[in-house]
Amino acid sequence: MSEFIQQIINGLSVGAMYALIAIGYTLVYGVLRFINFAHSDVFMVGSFVGFYSGKALGGTSWAGGLGVMAASMVGCALLGILIERLAYKPLRSRSKLTVLITAIGVSMLLQNVGQLVFGANPQPFPDTLPATTFQVGGVVVSSKDLVVLGFTLCLLGALEYIVLKTKVGTAMRAVAFNPQAASLMGINIDWIISFTFGLGSALAAAGGFLWAYKFPKIEPFMGVAPGLTAFVAAVLGGIGNITGAALGGLLLGVIETLVKGSRWSTWTEAIAFVLLILILLFKPAGLLGRVQAEKV
Amino acid sequence: MKHPGARRWFLVAAVLSLGLGWAQDRLDPYFVDILTRIGINVILAVSLNLINGHTGQFSLGHAGFMGVGAYTAAALTLFAGPKLLPAGAGFWVEQLWFLVALAGAGLVAALAGLLVGAPSLRLKGDYLAIVTLGFGQIIAVIFRNIESLGGALGLNGIPARTNLFWAFAAAALTVYVVTALVNSTYGRGFLATHDDEVAAEAMGMNTTRYKIVAFVTGAFFAGIAGGLSGHFTLTINPKGFDFNKSIEIVVMVIVGGMGRTVGVIIAAVLLTLLPEGLRMLSGVSPSLKWIGETRPLLYAILLIALMILRPQGLFTWKRKKGAVVA
Amino acid sequence: MSLPTAVRRRVFLGVAVAALIAAGCKPSGGGAGTGTDIPVGEFASLTGSEAAFGRASHNGTVLAIEQLNAAGGVLGKQFKLITEDNQSKDGESATAVKKLISRDKVVAILGEVASGRSLEAAPICQQYKVPQISPSSTNPKVTEMGDYVFRVCFVDPFQGTVMAKFAAKTLRAKKVAVLTDVGAPYSVGLGTFFKERFVADGGTVVAEQKFTKDDKDFKAQLTAIKSQAPDAIFVPAYYGQVTLIVMQARELGITVPLFGGDGWEAPELLQGPGAAAALEGCYFSTHFSPDQDSPRAKEFVKAYEAKFGAKPDAMAALGYDSALLLSDAIKRAGSAEPEKLRPVLAATKDFDGVTGKMTLNDKRNAEKSAVIIGIKGGKFVYTETVNP
Repeated sequence: MSEFIQQIINGLSVGAMYALIAIGYTLVYGVLRFINFAHSDVFMVGSFVGFYSGKALGGTSWAGGLGVMAASMVGCALLGILIERLAYKPLRSRSKLTVLITAIGVSMLLQNVGQLVFGANPQPFPDTLPATTFQVGGVVVSSKDLVVLGFTLCLLGALEYIVLKTKVGTAMRAVAFNPQAASLMGINIDWIISFTFGLGSALAAAGGFLWAYKFPKIEPFMGVAPGLTAFVAAVLGGIGNITGAALGGLLLGVIETLVKGSRWSTWTEAIAFVLLILILLFKPAGLLGRVQAEKV
Repeated sequence: MKHPGARRWFLVAAVLSLGLGWAQDRLDPYFVDILTRIGINVILAVSLNLINGHTGQFSLGHAGFMGVGAYTAAALTLFAGPKLLPAGAGFWVEQLWFLVALAGAGLVAALAGLLVGAPSLRLKGDYLAIVTLGFGQIIAVIFRNIESLGGALGLNGIPARTNLFWAFAAAALTVYVVTALVNSTYGRGFLATHDDEVAAEAMGMNTTRYKIVAFVTGAFFAGIAGGLSGHFTLTINPKGFDFNKSIEIVVMVIVGGMGRTVGVIIAAVLLTLLPEGLRMLSGVSPSLKWIGETRPLLYAILLIALMILRPQGLFTWKRKKGAVVA
Repeated sequence: MSLPTAVRRRVFLGVAVAALIAAGCKPSGGGAGTGTDIPVGEFASLTGSEAAFGRASHNGTVLAIEQLNAAGGVLGKQFKLITEDNQSKDGESATAVKKLISRDKVVAILGEVASGRSLEAAPICQQYKVPQISPSSTNPKVTEMGDYVFRVCFVDPFQGTVMAKFAAKTLRAKKVAVLTDVGAPYSVGLGTFFKERFVADGGTVVAEQKFTKDDKDFKAQLTAIKSQAPDAIFVPAYYGQVTLIVMQARELGITVPLFGGDGWEAPELLQGPGAAAALEGCYFSTHFSPDQDSPRAKEFVKAYEAKFGAKPDAMAALGYDSALLLSDAIKRAGSAEPEKLRPVLAATKDFDGVTGKMTLNDKRNAEKSAVIIGIKGGKFVYTETVNP
């Protein structure tokens, strides 16, 4: 039993980070209706910004760690906005596939620039937050797991507040619902899209920071695997739905962990996609998404 | 499927592949290598073009079907061949068995295409892209888990059967079938599905069926390309047929112009030559070495620039009204 | 198809093919190694996901070639190293090697680190009768591809045996758990050879867990292993993951030693907060230790540090040795012709490389001693040498 509880804790802690990345996919999909393949590489850049600012700062403290995370979030928010302005904005009126291919191009670009700038070797991530472990019965809880879960919950709360309670959030929802109508209502669509990219990228950066904090070896290709899983999580939860993305992330984290710990561990990579295909076939809108009739 | 243009093309291609097959041993092996890869890439790009271009679907799992074909063909020549064929079989028997292996590769890949396509082609656009992407990943995981297919190490010691004749004959067959199919009365349905799915449905067409036919045909030829590729590189492993390989093929289709067979062929040729060109350029003098190191980077920049500046593809000319699609 | 297009296409195709064939005709004359220098080909993963290994090995080779040339080369000629990058991608190596053989007329091919990609090049080298020397592919299959394929490292069955004996004798382990990377042939192979030997010697494998290459989270597997309470855990993986595995094991309260193979050997293993502390008391087998007592190794470490500003790892040392062995073979053969090099390479005996004395056996694998390194006080500490 204690093994099972331990696995659930392990799974939730990874799942929380999937959730943070998945939200970025969902936000962008909500306003622009395309899969931002470069999102997972923004996540990677997030951990490298954390790497450099953490090194510059030195030492471990709560204030310092939060500062480093804030630095990655701001850095990546800017990067996200820049990517959108330079690569995606000129394509706004083009077909979805064109944008999708461009996103794949941006992803390759970030990875390869990353390799030139950061080097190919995995880099050790500096300790920025204090860490200990607690023993509860047969279950070991690392403070890292608690930090990851706690931070994720706080960020989700903040996001929920922004989207539901602020003017910008209302505008975001309006653009997601119907861009033309929103623009007729006086909403600056370009600005809202930039804001959405910034927000999504900041969350990916937070995910990147936490990921590096928990798994302190970072390299330019580190985004690919969690990115794919997080993306599946977004679809699983119902793409476009923030709560769904978070739920999907946690769920996938736990399921993956349970599979990894079983004798079926070699099938782990396939699990996410098998689930995805099943969901798409039987409940195409995802767990929490609503079915939308396609406009003709 | 009568179509004079396609038939003429077929003849030219047949002569070309026979000529190249004859020239095989008289050419520099490096060039033979590049030419063979051109042939294989043309098959992959043209067959994906049927799905992504002509029919307007978006598959990100073409390499998965290629993998199915590669493993099937390799299993047929490595395991089944020695048991079924008399020992010391001559050149022609070997070549004939290779043909059987290639056909088998195509058929098994087509079957996989049917299994994936039938349930998922009801999905639209992005979702189909995701499912096919997932399929590619799952295929790799399955191969990795089958001990008798070599697991992560893959299969090696595959006999070298692919030559320029096979590569180009198969490429010609692919181009012929795709062109003839799209230009037939039946094939107009692919274009209708591409142009306006809703209108096509309203006219009483079963667009899902068209999508499945396109998908299965595309998978068939991808399987053949896989079989050729396996008997060319002589060693295959699950990693060789992953997402990155699929993207490579998608890029060929995009650069050539979706739905434009000629453009896609040119793109397949040029994109096979490009890395070799860059390789050569970086070898000219030490001061150009950076080209070799930044090869993937240049590729990414090219892709983004192309999408922003010329998204219809580099090699597309205006389609004349009423003209046959090529 | 409108006629102009058809014509245009045919003209285009005709010209393209004619140009290609003209360019591709076998260039005549200029046999291998007859010029003023000796061209040596290398293919390596200089970019892409495994660039870290490829670059280390490449650096070692570059250093060796530079030193050899500075010392006057061999047979009065200078070496010319031509390196091709395969971007860590599968399906690129064969083309690169064909280019090196047919265009650059290299006398031998050096490469690669990953067994999978060495296997791609091996049939080509065999076909064109150009010797291939793999610096650090340890999977036995590589040299089985033909008698032109050699390596300067030992093979996984040997390494598996060494570690199985070490676990039973030195670690006094009766129950071990094995954690392998199913995405890497190296890991699967080494794990299997270890298991076979350990079980044959009377031990039990209580848990077998697997992960794949891109994994960063191993807690699930480690939790499952922990519940079986093994005496030690064998992790035949690469250093990038090993650090994470060991740290997460300690986080879960697993205190038994973890041990592995040559994939652990890199200064990066101990880098990162808490890494060295977590790895305290762990062991691995490898080809080479920079702290080894041999003067030859010390010299190499010094030169490498001076040139690249970092301590060499096993990949670098083996890359260095592969070039050295080639030069030695050319000297012994008195010729740089590929076909004359083969028998000489095959007869290599007691060649003195920085990774130790090596003799190539009838399977063209280096028979040489393995080094076991322990981690003590945050440092790699040479523990023992195991002879074949």
